[in-house]
Amino acid sequence: MAKENVSTEKAQWILKTMYDIRNFEDEVHRIFTTGEIPGFVHLYAGEEAIATGVCAHLTDDDYITSTHRGHGHCIAKGCDLNGMMAEIYGKETGLCKGKGGSMHIADIDKGMLGANGMVGGGFPIAVGAGLRNKYLKTKDVAICFFGDGAANEGTFHEGINMAAIWNLPVVFVNENNSFAEATPQWYSSGSKTIGERAAAYGIPGETVDGKDLIAVYEAAGRAIERARSGKGPTLLECVTYRNYGHFEGDEQKYKNDAGKEKKIADVDCITAFKDYVLKQKVLTEKEVNEIAKASTEDIQAAITFAQESSVPRPEALFEDVYA
Amino acid sequence: MTRRITFMKAINEGLEQAMEKDDRVILLGEDIAGGAEVKHLEDKNEDAWGGVFGVTKGLMPKFGRVRVIDTPISEMGYMGAAVGAAATGLRPVPELMFNDFIGFCLDTILAQGSKMRYMFGGKAKIPMTVRTCHGAGASAAAQHSGSYYGMLGSIPGVKVVVPSNPYDAKGLLLSAIEDDNIVIFSEDKTLYGLKGEVPEDYFKVEIGKAKVKREGKDLTIVTIGKMLYVALEVADKLEKQGIETEVIDLITVAPWDQETVLTSVKKTGRLIVIDEASPHNNTATDISSVVVDKAFDYLDGPVKCICAPNTPVPFAANLEKLYLPNAEKVLNSAAEIIDDLKK
Repeated sequence: MAKENVSTEKAQWILKTMYDIRNFEDEVHRIFTTGEIPGFVHLYAGEEAIATGVCAHLTDDDYITSTHRGHGHCIAKGCDLNGMMAEIYGKETGLCKGKGGSMHIADIDKGMLGANGMVGGGFPIAVGAGLRNKYLKTKDVAICFFGDGAANEGTFHEGINMAAIWNLPVVFVNENNSFAEATPQWYSSGSKTIGERAAAYGIPGETVDGKDLIAVYEAAGRAIERARSGKGPTLLECVTYRNYGHFEGDEQKYKNDAGKEKKIADVDCITAFKDYVLKQKVLTEKEVNEIAKASTEDIQAAITFAQESSVPRPEALFEDVYA
Repeated sequence: MTRRITFMKAINEGLEQAMEKDDRVILLGEDIAGGAEVKHLEDKNEDAWGGVFGVTKGLMPKFGRVRVIDTPISEMGYMGAAVGAAATGLRPVPELMFNDFIGFCLDTILAQGSKMRYMFGGKAKIPMTVRTCHGAGASAAAQHSGSYYGMLGSIPGVKVVVPSNPYDAKGLLLSAIEDDNIVIFSEDKTLYGLKGEVPEDYFKVEIGKAKVKREGKDLTIVTIGKMLYVALEVADKLEKQGIETEVIDLITVAPWDQETVLTSVKKTGRLIVIDEASPHNNTATDISSVVVDKAFDYLDGPVKCICAPNTPVPFAANLEKLYLPNAEKVLNSAAEIIDDLKK
């Protein structure tokens, strides 16, 4: 797995974050079938190493744009678990007062510019945040998380090209989970990899194993450092797989339980990272178990918080249309 | 001090004063300076164009390319970047060269910027002014002559203003740039050369407040943008027949000033709305619907909407002239209510 070690403190944060995302998503998956959660949800389980490995390098002053599969990015960027779960439940205590829902969770104070219901919607917004960072002469970066489907939207081209010509502190992090909804990445992309498209924009591009936390962490660290030091954007492709369907209720007939695809699917990024930190003696078995237990408790508390919260007041319908 | 300057100069001056006042104001657009990284221009600190019509001329030399940013031909890219920059604390003023290009970048306004505040539970502000131009009459044909302010005004979270004269252009632009919402500032390209009195100082014209340009007791005409001049011509003609027309320049298409319009209609009992946009689902039909709903008992006749026909804008000059509302069309189409007044 790894070339480089992570500190104990960082490893604790990473493991807790990955457990939080997994537990959050597994619980949403379970609760969704009961009808308690309305609407559509797109679960991030399986892809935890990417949001976590990237956000491990960020502070609240850095910005991220997210996707329709955004719960993982929110958690990794520090959004409040209670507020997130309440938002998904459509409650007034939600991070967006119950008016955004799963696809629009945001917390600008945390630098989280929103999950996004529009595939590819994040590219130009991240470029705008990068433009702001450069204009105000900060060292802050903007991360644009996007899926393999979004790579085929026009915003991919316009956004990356603009970040390249203006040398903006933006890192474009592709989460290639093999499927855009029900259509395979290998069908819908002219280039074999998404990372190699960086060459067209004259910027560095890299493709890494998105199930390997350390690989993502190291590659993201290089890209973010490059952006902070004024050297411009990077395209980082992380190859991964989602544990669930495109949305909850998807039968996933397109998935293949054999061959190369199964090889990616069978790797669990959390188990792999846990084994690694134990082997490297970064964390003890006891510490790992404590983190796992704390995560389970935190997610259960978030569910209780959401269940016990009130729905929005009727007047909230009309509020916050205009500033 | 007030002096006579053109509509275009008024906008240019408004942008300059907004940028002087607040260094968070930046401009983005295609060739709003022109000639980026062309050495012989850079050596002289010159812009090549200053916008396709010259509206932003001289701003790059004054404020530099850091604040007057020429973009690639990437409407959704830079319009979305403006949303992102606005969400994170700047006050961008992107220029969409023609409002007809909105198809390329509508997502950034329709699904992103206009909804962020609401979707995010009131946490976001998107202080962004989109300058664009609309309007037939310049032989620019179907893809460069449309009027889409009404369509954009139907999006919750977006404000839309359409100035008819240099004074309002400058004052509205300064209000728009200070506003914490997306404001579409739609300029009629055929008005760029129009001259009028404009104060030199920084001043604002209120968004959402229509202006009564001429008072009258018999008939109300509400107009958008350059249709004001059609209404004033109609009012002159009717005056000779003893009919007093009240003319209201709507100025803000969204949210439009219901109070001023309803007060006038309650006084006159007759309403004509002149809107250059395509005839269905536009601002005129919306005004008509609200007036019929809220002032039905005051009406002495049907509300008349005089709009463009349901066609794209034609190229041939004679056809384009036929396309636009004019005084004759207004008088003919509204004959039913005007004839009533003659009795």
